[in-house]
Amino acid sequence: MALPIQYNIRSVLVRWRSTLSTIFGIGLVVAVYVMMQSLAIGLEQSSANTGDPRNLLLMRKGSTAETSSQVTREQFKLLQYLPGLEKDEKGEPLISADTMILITLARRGNQGEANILVRGVTKMGIYLRPQVELIQGRMFEPGRREVIVSQRLAERFEKLGIGETFKTGGHELTVVGWIDGHKSAFDSEIWMDSDDARSLFDRENYSSVLLRADPTRWNEVTNRVESDKRLPLMTISESKYYSDQTATATPIRFLGNFLATAMSIGAVFAAMNTMYASVGSRTREVGTLRVLGFRRRSILIGFLIEGAILAFIGGALGCLLALPINHYSTGTLNFQTFSEVVFEFNITLPLIIKGLVFAVTVGLIGSLFPAIRASRLPVIASLKSL
Amino acid sequence: MESDPILNLLHSNVTSPLNASEETGEAPVVQIQELSKVYQQGEISIYALNRISLNIAQGEFLTLMGPSGSGKSTLLHIIAGIDRPSSGQCRVQGIDVTKLSESELADWRNQNVGFVFQTFNLLPVLTAFENVELPLLLTRLTSKQRKKQVLTALELVGLADRMGHLPRQLSGGQEQRVAIARALVTDPQLIVADEPTGNLDSNSAHEVLDILQSLCKVAAKTVIVVTHDPKAAAFGSRSVHLEKGELAN
Ligand SMILES: Nc1ncnc2c1ncn2[C@@H]1O[C@H](COP(=O)(O)OP(=O)(O)OP(=O)(O)O)[C@@H](O)[C@H]1O
Ligand SMILES: [Mg+2]
Repeated sequence: MALPIQYNIRSVLVRWRSTLSTIFGIGLVVAVYVMMQSLAIGLEQSSANTGDPRNLLLMRKGSTAETSSQVTREQFKLLQYLPGLEKDEKGEPLISADTMILITLARRGNQGEANILVRGVTKMGIYLRPQVELIQGRMFEPGRREVIVSQRLAERFEKLGIGETFKTGGHELTVVGWIDGHKSAFDSEIWMDSDDARSLFDRENYSSVLLRADPTRWNEVTNRVESDKRLPLMTISESKYYSDQTATATPIRFLGNFLATAMSIGAVFAAMNTMYASVGSRTREVGTLRVLGFRRRSILIGFLIEGAILAFIGGALGCLLALPINHYSTGTLNFQTFSEVVFEFNITLPLIIKGLVFAVTVGLIGSLFPAIRASRLPVIASLKSL
Repeated sequence: MESDPILNLLHSNVTSPLNASEETGEAPVVQIQELSKVYQQGEISIYALNRISLNIAQGEFLTLMGPSGSGKSTLLHIIAGIDRPSSGQCRVQGIDVTKLSESELADWRNQNVGFVFQTFNLLPVLTAFENVELPLLLTRLTSKQRKKQVLTALELVGLADRMGHLPRQLSGGQEQRVAIARALVTDPQLIVADEPTGNLDSNSAHEVLDILQSLCKVAAKTVIVVTHDPKAAAFGSRSVHLEKGELAN
């Protein structure tokens, strides 16, 4: 039979002064853990959010990113007649060739420079990405060296305000609108007219082709592309292309887990210290409980519960500490495209639960030995203690 | 309604000690034979108890006296199933407590012995009510039944109005009375106390001893009290003196 839980709770709370540093230590570990994981989750979600399930992306065989792929104009022409290719109201095939260019822009606040993806895109390409919404300003007009940029990117980089111009490769580009990619990978892009982009940046070829076809006919499309010797291209679902880029989050996850694990060792010892002190100051209490008929196991469980309560408070504190960072927008290098990805910290409910479980685990491990000691106290000797 | 011995304590037309011992056929509640407790310290053996034999009848109020180090606490601990002897027998209500396993002993203590300490030993974070309820948590009683028992026990020691108080909000004498309520709340046959008045002023000591005495007289409990105080011994029905681990007469 277990000790009453209010006894455990009050025993922890009554010692709040001496347990404060341990609670804080566990809180810190959990805060770091939650922050790092929310970073990874945010990054993964920006990839997972991107793409229309009906869209197919075509790139040159062997390329892992649009930036390293090339599609010639002749190839693009051949692709207009693929089976299953859908058409819009006017009968135009839903297919678009994009040109990807990496440019360098200055971060705000003298934070150095970073690579940014410019997507040369056609009207059809915009149509194929309904996820992207023009939220301020207007659409670019072909031939006028105008761009629309992600609002999130504008927050982080110089000279991306509407009406502002920025220089790249000796050319001046004017920002005429802001787009919102709704937490997708497009939040990290600058868009301009496809032909403008090719002429401005001296590109003979396109980078990739996006088309819409009924997914049940994707096999046909793929077979056609692969059987045509003039088309050294491969097909991949747009969603899959982006979700594959979650690999960028892997090192963050790893680092987060590593940091949390390393720090939690310290927290375990802090918890152990606190619980040993608690057992030491309550030796006579333990002896009394044993005389009343409580078994060793009840004592053991009681102290484990107290360690868990202590750690739970710390974990809750850690989550609170981490919470302000939720939805904070940040950027990192995408290892596939070598450009900046902008995304948000995302603290999800499962993550908070994980953080609390993590804290309680730290508490349980830390209180194991003190609890064993308490349960093994000899009754007579402990009654004599002060 | 089933009979509730503890409740009966309050309405005291019940069992007189004499009747009780007749019913149980005069068998002593505590039978001690050739009981020894030896502490080995290197080459030297310290006899805390040296072949003690002693019987204690139901309803007796036995006081254990003797100089410091004479083995009073040791004897009390063995009778209460907290300590084990080196040799000899200690039967309580026919059960040889020295033969019980550790967990059997824990259950046995819970059901058969109430222990009162010199230092009260109430749990500081629990109220008077919760402290008294503790031993009952190990029984199968429902929380309603437990509440009734606890209130009865607290009424018996005159502290029902203090049930919500924490130990630090009580005087020493009140703390000890709560501790007595905790000792008798499971309605054990045996109540043992190790210098229960050692930390109390004479008025509080008197109250505490009064309560212990009435437990014998009214409810035929067997009470064993270790004390240094001859005035306390005067409350008892019999006094036993220990000297260097042996009974002195
Ligand atoms: N753990 C131990 N190791 C060695 N000797 C012990 C131990 N516990 C008790 N003793 C010895 O046993 C003897 C009896 O001790 P006990 O505590 O029973 O005495 P007491 O009569 O209760 O004394 P007091 O009146 O001071 O409480 C003492 O001589 C004591 O030194
Ligand atoms: Mg003693």
